[in-house]
Amino acid sequence: MSLWPFVSQMNPDASTIAAGAPIEVDLTPIASGQDIKVFWRGKPIYIMNRTKKQVEEARSVPVASLPDPATDQSRVKEGHDQWLVVIGICTHLGCIPIAHEGNYDGFFCPCHGSQYDSSGRIRQGPAPANLPVPPYQFVSDSKIQIG
Amino acid sequence: MSGPSEYQPTNPALRWIERRLPILGLMHSSFVAYPTPRNLNYWWTFGAILSLMLGVQILTGVILAMHYTPEATMAFKSVEDIVRDVNYGWLLRNMHASGASMFFLAVYIHMFRGLYYGSYKEPREVLWILGVIIYLLMMATGFMGYVLPWGQMSFWGATVITNLFSAFPYVGDSIVTLLWGGYSVGNPTLNRFFSLHYLLPFVIAGVVVLHIWALHVAGQNNPTGVEAKTEKDTVAFTPYATIKDLFGVSCFLIFYAWFIFYMPNYLGDADNYIPANPGVTPAHIVPEWYYLAFYAMLRSIPNKLAGVVVMFSSILLLLFLPWLDTAKTRSSKYRPLAKQFFWMFVVVCVLLGYLGAQPPEGIYVIAGRILTFCYFAYFLILLPLLSRIEKPRPVPNSIADDVLAKQAGKAATLASAVIALAVAGTVFVGSVQSARAEEQETPPSQKWSFAGPFGKYDRGSLQRGLKVYKEVCSACHSLNYIAFRNLADSGGPGYSTAQAAALAAEYKVKDGPNDQGEMFERPGRPADYFPAPFPNEQAARAANGGAAPPDLSLITKARSYERGFPWFIFDFFTQFQEQGPNYVSGILQGFEDKVPAGVTIPDGAYYNKYFPGHAIKMPKPLSDGQVTFDDGSPATVAQYAHDVTTFLMWTADPHLEDRKRLGMQAFVFLIIFAGLMYFTKKKVWADAH
Repeated sequence: MSLWPFVSQMNPDASTIAAGAPIEVDLTPIASGQDIKVFWRGKPIYIMNRTKKQVEEARSVPVASLPDPATDQSRVKEGHDQWLVVIGICTHLGCIPIAHEGNYDGFFCPCHGSQYDSSGRIRQGPAPANLPVPPYQFVSDSKIQIG
Repeated sequence: MSGPSEYQPTNPALRWIERRLPILGLMHSSFVAYPTPRNLNYWWTFGAILSLMLGVQILTGVILAMHYTPEATMAFKSVEDIVRDVNYGWLLRNMHASGASMFFLAVYIHMFRGLYYGSYKEPREVLWILGVIIYLLMMATGFMGYVLPWGQMSFWGATVITNLFSAFPYVGDSIVTLLWGGYSVGNPTLNRFFSLHYLLPFVIAGVVVLHIWALHVAGQNNPTGVEAKTEKDTVAFTPYATIKDLFGVSCFLIFYAWFIFYMPNYLGDADNYIPANPGVTPAHIVPEWYYLAFYAMLRSIPNKLAGVVVMFSSILLLLFLPWLDTAKTRSSKYRPLAKQFFWMFVVVCVLLGYLGAQPPEGIYVIAGRILTFCYFAYFLILLPLLSRIEKPRPVPNSIADDVLAKQAGKAATLASAVIALAVAGTVFVGSVQSARAEEQETPPSQKWSFAGPFGKYDRGSLQRGLKVYKEVCSACHSLNYIAFRNLADSGGPGYSTAQAAALAAEYKVKDGPNDQGEMFERPGRPADYFPAPFPNEQAARAANGGAAPPDLSLITKARSYERGFPWFIFDFFTQFQEQGPNYVSGILQGFEDKVPAGVTIPDGAYYNKYFPGHAIKMPKPLSDGQVTFDDGSPATVAQYAHDVTTFLMWTADPHLEDRKRLGMQAFVFLIIFAGLMYFTKKKVWADAH
């Protein structure tokens, strides 16, 4: 239809798409229990080096009881279980949750009180979904590529 | 108005035009000879007030657009440049920002008038629908306008509201990406919001023309709801309605002027004086007051999509009002049940607005759900029910009869309604104030020379404050919006241009490239700005334990705290706006070596009584004797704090003295003008009542 150019121009333009190209992040400076925040495509991404305790807590939760059921294993890369990479945007209305806060040693969103666990899954509050996992892969044991 | 008018101008030149384009006849028949009911009360002046406000917003908006830059890295500064450097820029900006609030206040009164008097009923259904369309366009325009300064609240408000569209299944995320023009709110979003914000008011103007046309076809409603039958029921629009509108407008302008000149930030959010930061979410994201009721409804529903649907429905519902309320009696004046429920509905709306500013916890959530239900129940259950079961009182035979009857009780109900609204309104506005600050210990209120309608900056204090900034604060904090020339501006520290130039020359400033292509250093000039201590934010963070020291130019406007009940009511009348200076001064003096029991301060942070969370990364910056003043003022922390805060109030609001002086002149003029309009109105109407 001839109207399409007028609609299509609203979508991200070429330079925006290019600026959103994949980035590499070095994991070596992140100690166990620590996390960093990087920006990709204008979104904040938490990279968390989880402690054994956090991983165990995440895996001992009965999946069916979760508001947005998902296993911890499905949200991390095999062989790199301590690394959690999630987009730090609350699935409720878009605020940035704070890491290492809340009752589940995960994330707490100060805007309306949503709480996520150490796997970034929604546990309580108005957010409907888990913190999304961006596309990423391990290029080596200490480096990931996001995007 | 029916058919072409028979108006013929006397002037031959005008007759020439009239024959070719009968615009003069149109103006005459629409606004001079037009028969208007003689019993209209002052609630009917809001149409004229709204037309005025649309004109004011378009005029000030187009002018602001000549100076504003709609680009993410430049927008915030361009607004500050308007306020600081553009001639009367501060006035234009205040008119436009306060004007938006006044525009919405007037439209809500106008809409409530329509609800009460049944102005949406046959044959005015299309008139009403056009009005709802105007209201929707206003909401879109206001939302986009607020994003343009690109402050924290601009950015995060845009993020939250655009994210709403992700609630729609399947297409939601695509819609949001389309709206953003990127993967998050960013520069493409800002640019298109500017384009549409410029466009929509003209679309509104077009719909307003249709709205007035539809009005003139049906004729205006009136407080009895009985249509005009004979000439005895009406008077000519000019001079009767014109002068009454002018008087109403002049009173409204006084209220408007209070905000422009004396309380420009009362209805705003301190966080919007912080440049947008996609990595930091403000503790409380609150929309402007005119959206709060809908925000409350959105947050009341635990399901994301349902919340969005409920919020949009609450406005779209209004389109169906003529078919929900089918009662034959138009005016609630003669509908005793409908009248009571109407006022309860008004209170529901105001309370919803109050809730929209509160954190969504505990009792607020429950109250929000109950009130959202009440809102919908009023339209969907109550009004249709009343149409069937209510027994209305008999309406007058005609407008003329109503005017002659002169009911004594009329004035009392109007007055009580105004009082009820005023009380509810102030509670509501105060709640907006309270949501804006965090839970924290309130810093003590100090005496500031710049407070109140006659406030001025103490020159000596400004000069001492500059010395404190230079010798203490400038090591870590930039002052990016102040140029050396500003030190010689009127209403400032009062240096001469020579002194300002000498001060500038003390600094080394980077310039270039020269003809060899190299950057070089040269002495500062008056046009240069105070240099920042760090070349970029990362360097600032690295030198300060990970926390970047904020720029201080706007700090006294970018910080606030809750004043609580009943202070926020008094504040409006006493012009109290000194939360920022009290906070800054409090922080500077609030360091304590002994940390109270139960409070843990992490390594690298320090205990401060007034800093939210009490752990501040800045070590105590001031100690006695640190700075010596040439004028012999005490070399104490309290003195330093007071002086540097006064200086920082000037850096944030350099035109304060101009603003208050012009405000006084404006008020004198407006009060005299309103008085003249009042007496003229009384004279014109003497024979009509």
